[in-house]
Amino acid sequence: MNRYEQYIAFMTILRKEIRRYLRIWSQTLLPSAITMSLYYVIFGNLIGSRIGTMGGYSYMEFVVPGLIMMAIVTNSYANVVASFFGAKFNNSVEELLVSPIPAYIILCGYVAGGVSRGLLVAIIVTAVSLFFTQLPIHNPLLVILVVAMTSILFSLLGFVNAVYANTFDDINIVPTFVLTPLTYLGGVFYSLDLLPDFWAAVSQINPLVYVVSAFRYGMLGVSDVNITFALAMIFFCVVLAYGYSLHLLRTGKRLRT
Amino acid sequence: MTEALKIEGLQKTYENGFQALKGIDLTVEPGDFFALLGPNGAGKSTTIGIISSLVAKTAGKVWVHGVDIDQDFPGAKRFLGIVPQEFNFNVFEKVEDILTNQAGYYGIPLHEARERTEQFLERLGLTEKRDTRARMLSGGMKRRLMIARALVHKPRLLILDEPTAGVDIEMRRSMYDFLREINAAGTTIILTTHYLEEAEALCRNMAIINHGKIVTHRSIKDLLRDLHKEVFILDCAGDIPRSLDISGFDVQVLDDHTVQVVIEKGQDLAEVFAALHDRGIPVVSMRNEANRLEQMFVNLLEQSA
Repeated sequence: MNRYEQYIAFMTILRKEIRRYLRIWSQTLLPSAITMSLYYVIFGNLIGSRIGTMGGYSYMEFVVPGLIMMAIVTNSYANVVASFFGAKFNNSVEELLVSPIPAYIILCGYVAGGVSRGLLVAIIVTAVSLFFTQLPIHNPLLVILVVAMTSILFSLLGFVNAVYANTFDDINIVPTFVLTPLTYLGGVFYSLDLLPDFWAAVSQINPLVYVVSAFRYGMLGVSDVNITFALAMIFFCVVLAYGYSLHLLRTGKRLRT
Repeated sequence: MTEALKIEGLQKTYENGFQALKGIDLTVEPGDFFALLGPNGAGKSTTIGIISSLVAKTAGKVWVHGVDIDQDFPGAKRFLGIVPQEFNFNVFEKVEDILTNQAGYYGIPLHEARERTEQFLERLGLTEKRDTRARMLSGGMKRRLMIARALVHKPRLLILDEPTAGVDIEMRRSMYDFLREINAAGTTIILTTHYLEEAEALCRNMAIINHGKIVTHRSIKDLLRDLHKEVFILDCAGDIPRSLDISGFDVQVLDDHTVQVVIEKGQDLAEVFAALHDRGIPVVSMRNEANRLEQMFVNLLEQSA
């Protein structure tokens, strides 16, 4: 396939992915808007008003970047894991495997689908947050960079999960038992400064800490970690996840006999 | 001219140690309508899986229109259209989208993909179902959708793995006509089927595979010519005596009006008609006891076992 044909194949996968999640918008887009609205009301307004300031911002302002990032993480991941596992489950993945599309285009197509859903949900969640608070943007370029890298990273991780999953239960195990706890412990609702030294140090091995902190820095200008180091960590994870995903696809692990 | 498909020494051993293919050699010429026959578990689907990249081979070489799959698998895949045994499309997608997406996977621009989709929906009688989700289609329509999908990028080699399984007679016949038409237009077709009369009706050449080995690989005409015995059932108007004997022929009276005759190579069936006529027993109709190819198929499988 020449470059133009590869571009067409990529756009075909992306279009298919977007059509898929828009078709089931009540399962893919609406839940995040509702969940985040509840977070804003409960943590931001009801409880947050009693907490006072954190990092120099009201608790509501502090928590919103973390919640937006949480929505991006869960939706990017969920989109790819559900879509690719579904394709595996009904064997429609064979349509792609028997075609001449290079493995990296298949991967990029699915990842782009996950990124697009992550971004769309981020826009919805951000729009909802504006009903509750004002959002300053300290560094727009950093915000864009962190959003892009994070949604790519978690789309890739969703892909890895989909490849290894044998049942629909398997695609829920990682989000439930790994992703959600890591997100909650990644500084979405609190500053790492509040933790005792030991737990603050343990938190440094949680990749979600870097994602949330970097995004919060882009929005508010405050962070729990060094931003350059956080960006380097996210980038490193993206490269690692991309390399591994591509390896899985090229070798046909759990896809070919 | 380069072969549409050439296979040399193809082997496949699964992780559990089962040897599905034990070194098969196969050649399919361009423009051929070729049957790949064999009992369940013989290795047909494994062979197709290797050609289409869904199964990794253990050893051997495969060329599709001269392109070595080890050197340039994407290049080889461009020539291929695959209709697998099981439905493998996303049942939640619309019929039209399944075809348009498939064209996109082969790098065909959207406007052209839509034109081709239109064309194949029409040719396979699916136009009215274009906006229907695939899961709502009948079994026969799903089969037609699979064929349309395999053809939308205009492959030079179409491989159909039991395409008429579960399809009613009327639809099967219309599918035969369609396949003959695209074969006449130059598409090479490889067909695996359990219906041997289907292979006899459609295909010019064939290979029989059993226990991972090619048992025979030749033209269907040649194969049938080698069939030494043929069994005919004759329905007669008059009463047939139980003691009927026709010199030189193996004759068995089945009931008062039916007789079975085994014709060996070199014998003339007309002599049987004449003998019956002389005894005042007119023959009303005649049929083969079994499909000839089926008989040969069974013979070859028995020999290979």
